[in-house]
Amino acid sequence: MAAPRLFRPTARLFSSRLASTALRSNLRQSACAPSILRRGYATENGTKEVTVRDALNEALAEELEANQKTFVLGEEVAQYNGAYKVTKGLLDRFGPKRVIDTPITEAGFCGLAVGSALAGLHPICEFMTFNFAMQAIDQIINSAAKTHYMSGGIQPCNITFRGPNGFAAGVAAQHSQDYSAWYGSIPGLKVVSPWSSEDAKGLLKAAIRDPNPVVVLENELMYGQSFPMSEAAQKNDFVVPIGKAKIERPGKDLTIVSVSRCVGQSLAAAAELKQKYGVDAEVINLRSIKPLDVETIIASLKKTGRLMVVESGYPMFGVASEILALSMEYGFDYLTAPAVRVTGAEVPTPYAAGLEAMAFPQNDTIVSQAAKLLRL
Amino acid sequence: MAFLKASDLPAIPTYRVMDSDGHQVDKTRPAPDVTNEEVLTWYKNMLSVSVMDVVMFEAQRQGRLSFYMVSAGEEGITVGSAAALTPDDVVFAQYREAGVFQQRGFTLKNFMSQLFANANDTGRGRNMPVHYGQNYPRMHTISSPLATQIPQAAGAAYALKLQDLQNPNRDPRIVACYFGEGAASEGDFHAALNIAATRSCPVVFICRNNGYAISTPTLEQYRGDGIASRGVGYGIDTIRVDGNDVFAVNEAMKEARRLALSEGGRPVLIEAMSYRVSHHSTSDDSFAYRARVEVEDWKRRDNPIIRLRKWLENQGIWSEEQEKETRDEMRKAVLKEFGEAEQEKKPSLRDAFTDVYEEITEEQREQMAELKRILETYPDEYDLRPYKDGINGLD
Repeated sequence: MAAPRLFRPTARLFSSRLASTALRSNLRQSACAPSILRRGYATENGTKEVTVRDALNEALAEELEANQKTFVLGEEVAQYNGAYKVTKGLLDRFGPKRVIDTPITEAGFCGLAVGSALAGLHPICEFMTFNFAMQAIDQIINSAAKTHYMSGGIQPCNITFRGPNGFAAGVAAQHSQDYSAWYGSIPGLKVVSPWSSEDAKGLLKAAIRDPNPVVVLENELMYGQSFPMSEAAQKNDFVVPIGKAKIERPGKDLTIVSVSRCVGQSLAAAAELKQKYGVDAEVINLRSIKPLDVETIIASLKKTGRLMVVESGYPMFGVASEILALSMEYGFDYLTAPAVRVTGAEVPTPYAAGLEAMAFPQNDTIVSQAAKLLRL
Repeated sequence: MAFLKASDLPAIPTYRVMDSDGHQVDKTRPAPDVTNEEVLTWYKNMLSVSVMDVVMFEAQRQGRLSFYMVSAGEEGITVGSAAALTPDDVVFAQYREAGVFQQRGFTLKNFMSQLFANANDTGRGRNMPVHYGQNYPRMHTISSPLATQIPQAAGAAYALKLQDLQNPNRDPRIVACYFGEGAASEGDFHAALNIAATRSCPVVFICRNNGYAISTPTLEQYRGDGIASRGVGYGIDTIRVDGNDVFAVNEAMKEARRLALSEGGRPVLIEAMSYRVSHHSTSDDSFAYRARVEVEDWKRRDNPIIRLRKWLENQGIWSEEQEKETRDEMRKAVLKEFGEAEQEKKPSLRDAFTDVYEEITEEQREQMAELKRILETYPDEYDLRPYKDGINGLD
């Protein structure tokens, strides 16, 4: 069962994390340091603090309003307003024909949604969490992703799959997984994963409008987080293009590529690196897993010469692995140090809060690994 | 040409032994074939689970554990059915079957150790609360995703059948598989019933139809005659029982067990009707989708514990004083185990590394050695007293 020697540095992340944080109780740190965020947006006028949950809700409402072909379905999305309240108020506004509660049958309602997409509608299929979407993954991959290709291009499947992805708090092995790499590996699917409220709104709207099947991987721990939302983003024509990453923090010494909740952690780590070591880290928010914005990553890598990828999936065959491989294919000559990845640990997510924290990248994990990479 | 109209078919009847006042419904039949002593054990087991539920639900609200699920209103189904099993029978449960564990010898200490994920937890502190498991009498560890246990139960029953055929000296065993009416919408349920029927697996499927799947009422969950009508469709012997009537549940389960082992084995389906008095879990507030008065009505009107208590009082083997005394004792016992479990040491450090694979991997071995080195280098930084065996837990 030994992993190839090649992977040893990642396998050792767990132990190196222990070195800095082990068994202390103050492991939980806020995912995003508000000070950094405010700095980034301070000059903009007309901004408004919006939670990720409300941003998603707004995106759904706007698209339901704009396009009669769209409808939302899933477990408890209507009367109960969604298990995480993302679909709050939509039933009252759009009625039971367009906001539909389903029986507990992921394979069933997902198949039904795919069928309605094949018949020309634009369904938005909510999974209570992506952990439960495994019951329906055949419909997503073998039907939604492949039908356009297999039909010779005559049968589109305009569908959006959305729901919380990744680990939450204290819900253990079967409820705490990141599916970015799973869906990201499938030709025919597009996959996006928002971090901020603007990401959430813009990407979800883009996903709903996109003619292809799109998987929107949200994060339960981010739903309640507030972010400033620019005036432009508050409008109903705001979309974030799929396949474009965003440089959240420019820098010259190190490129940190991250996605979803880890973007906030990376920004906090970048601030700490600046403060502690005077290092300017550039933080790239991927926004889109597939297609991947290789251009932005390589351009940044050419500038900084050093690359680190931070994500919460398992270490092997993951999003970070893929970006590291791409960095060698397209930017090898510019790397001044081996690129590294900071990922979830190679273990089914433990229940214990302390162990759970250690099973995923923490701010100081990112800082210590960056310091190591930069030989600080 | 005549279509069979579901709405024209008579509803499947509900088997009852005792009415809501604790009297035998059919006075002409013999009394239930159970000793008073046995019934009192059932009652106490039902009561114990409900007392524990109240304490633990509150404890969750106080932030002392992350999650909890009560089984209020369904103690009759779990205890009554488990009482019809032999210790060698195997159980696959969903997550609202504390009564099955209780009836099959799971102690308060076992419950609390799992809930507080301490060193005595057989799951080594790795699972969410209420994901109990026990080696013997075998009850497979609860799996969170809905309905995965149903096809597994069919498979386990098939294995038991083959094992028992190879070893005719041992008493044949069955698998009892529990799930809710919501889970019966999952594809796994249908796959399981069909394969159990075609492979003649000795498994009893027990559906706890409690009216709600989190917020989804049965009205939106299915349109046929409950879950029972599906059993018939798969060619499976089926009965619907009153889940608030512990005698009816027990008798149905005894007969189901006999049927499951007859003619070389076959599946049986029991649909036990009840009402989920509680919220779905500590993550749910059910008053957002159902009226408080509906719940209060059910609590008052009919409840498996109150019904059995009335029966016991009618028989003259239970009294107000005994009730009060027993409840007090149970509450004390729960609080005692609660306190002890909370104080108990956490699992050994080693358990953070083991069991991902059968063998500890090379990487894990290195990680353990490095952790040990660090802990030994900086003994003042890390308090290892809360962990079983301290630093030696890594040997």
